[in-house]
Amino acid sequence: MTGVVAAGAHQTGESAIFWILAIVSVGAALGMILTRKAVHSALMLAAVMFSLAVLYAVNEAPFLAFVQVIVYTGAVLMLFLFVVMIIGVSSTDSLVETIKGQRVAAAIVGIGFAVLLFVGFGHATLPKTAGLKDANANGGNVMGLARLIFTKYVFAFEVTSALLITAALGAMVLAHRERLRPKPTQKQLSKERIKSDRVSPLPPPGTYARHNAVDMPALLPDGSISELSVSPVIARRRTGDHEDLHGASPEVVAHEGAKTVKAVIEKPVEVEEEEQ
Amino acid sequence: MTGHYLVLSAILFTIGGIGVLIRRNAIVVFMCVELMLNATNLAFVSFARMHGSLDGQIIAFFVMVVAAAEVVVGLAIIMTIFRSRKSSSVDDANLLKY
Repeated sequence: MTGVVAAGAHQTGESAIFWILAIVSVGAALGMILTRKAVHSALMLAAVMFSLAVLYAVNEAPFLAFVQVIVYTGAVLMLFLFVVMIIGVSSTDSLVETIKGQRVAAAIVGIGFAVLLFVGFGHATLPKTAGLKDANANGGNVMGLARLIFTKYVFAFEVTSALLITAALGAMVLAHRERLRPKPTQKQLSKERIKSDRVSPLPPPGTYARHNAVDMPALLPDGSISELSVSPVIARRRTGDHEDLHGASPEVVAHEGAKTVKAVIEKPVEVEEEEQ
Repeated sequence: MTGHYLVLSAILFTIGGIGVLIRRNAIVVFMCVELMLNATNLAFVSFARMHGSLDGQIIAFFVMVVAAAEVVVGLAIIMTIFRSRKSSSVDDANLLKY
């Protein structure tokens, strides 16, 4: 990797990588703030973080590139996705502006801030890039970083460990829920079940002969559909019957199934006749 | 090339900031904060290369550690608020407003 990212050696290659990743990351970042669904935002953020990891590698920081992939895209985004799955699916992003004209004002503030930063960078005279060849020379990038962390920044590193432990404890305290009522016993559960309208378990979905998808309602003995057999979460998401799974109606599916069975039964008979 | 990286980092930081201002879903707001932290990390890393010393990379490393701790606690807070208010919109958590 250090050969690939040697300072100044591959200037054109670096600028090509930079321009591709800059476009990808800015596009993904814009997509992140513009998509409605939180899951899509998380995936866009993953794209941004991956491109930033590659940019770190190009900037002669291979250790940080790997930490970026492992910590951010691996751990942090997984955590985000878990939380989105727990709470985000049912939560909707409202379009009503609580403060009037907030979006426009935010856009103006953002553009103004960007202009401010660009003007600042435009006026700055940046020295020629020194490159990290000397700093990475003695044992590589990881050794160089370790040397600094355990000598110059050792106190900051120790404080970091305290911070991580505090964060873990804090998350446990916040996520912990006190049990206010005693846990129901098996006896109580069975008594409640006997008292309720339905004693037997709910029918499982998809008990057709040909399909066993979870969004296929079970067929009752009289040929009607049992709505209880499909989980309400899936039933809410189902946007009408899809032909390949449901057929025109359960009766038609049953009829076709019977036809198939008949064809299978009749076939060997024909073969035997030909042999004779 | 350092200037290019700084401009990219500024653009990403600004996008993150706009996202924090316009989005209502607390999780997405949090993602935008993460984007801002990442943008500053890019600036640190490119400055480290420009100056030829590894201190910038160390700072970026510490930023990552702090960001990880912050995400853990922040998401736990979002989940606690969701549990009590059944909403993850930042508009609904306004008890400290007045």
